[in-house]
Amino acid sequence: MVKGHQGEGVRSKSNQYPNTSLIHIEGVNTKEEVSWYCGKQWIALLLHLGQVPRPHGNSGVVRAKFKSNLPPKSMGDRVRVVMYPGNI
Amino acid sequence: MAPKAATGRTSRNPDLIRGVGKFSRSKMYHKRGLWAIKAKNGGVFPKHDPKPAAAETPAKPPKFYPADDVKKPLANKRKHKPTKLRASITPGTVLILLAGRFMGKRVVFLKQLTSGLLLVTGPFKVNGVPLRRVNQSYVIATSTKVDISGVDLGKFDDQYFEKEAEKKKKKGEGEFFEAEKEEKKVLPDDKKDDQKTVDAQLIKSIEAVLDLKTYLSARFYSEPQFFISKFCFME
Repeated sequence: MVKGHQGEGVRSKSNQYPNTSLIHIEGVNTKEEVSWYCGKQWIALLLHLGQVPRPHGNSGVVRAKFKSNLPPKSMGDRVRVVMYPGNI
Repeated sequence: MAPKAATGRTSRNPDLIRGVGKFSRSKMYHKRGLWAIKAKNGGVFPKHDPKPAAAETPAKPPKFYPADDVKKPLANKRKHKPTKLRASITPGTVLILLAGRFMGKRVVFLKQLTSGLLLVTGPFKVNGVPLRRVNQSYVIATSTKVDISGVDLGKFDDQYFEKEAEKKKKKGEGEFFEAEKEEKKVLPDDKKDDQKTVDAQLIKSIEAVLDLKTYLSARFYSEPQFFISKFCFME
């Protein structure tokens, strides 16, 4: 399991889209490194399950979609990536 | 006259263009020798009696008609195929389990079962993982391979791993007052023996390779500083 921190939801200047959360995975700093994680599952707060679909920008931040939206209170909290579904 | 086989026979009437023959109808009559056939048959074309129709057995009217028209469900002809095995997973590959009780254990892949699940063993003596089924998604394949040519895997299939059907308990007065007997699930001896047979062969192959036994006993774990995305599981 790899740890990460939850960031904001995807947003533009005035509009927020809470269905997708931005997550920063520890140790992942570029877009290319994120590709290893794509397709893997998240566990956030032991309650929410989600998936890593794609990177967000160039610095390794990741967009994640969860079964139900992450509560805004948990911004900054720990989030875990598990290594399955395996692809190697 | 019985019709001759038409092999090697070309039409006596070549096409000038499609649909227009070279010879007229009367010419063809002569060419085909129909006049000779008539003469042989006394001035008329020979007639063939129609074949007698096969005697039809009278169909019995069915005794029972359903009250309403019952719709038949469409036939389901789907056949189950096992999941496509990743190219990196071949018999004898060492796999890393990603989830479940044996998360992080390195394990030897034996074969893919008809359900698509992978049959896997620790071996039990080495890391405590018994003969087990695992889904391909919950596994990372490594490039390390163990020689499993000596292992007989014919008897292992999905049936082997299925739970035994629980016998229905009859409810009686006495049951309520008796203390609930907790039946411990004990692994039957023949399954233990199967494990030993399979593992005996494997352990020989494993001990032949330097450090492989220690490798299989160790768990795989990750920490952020490991940079998993940069890991090379396959060389």
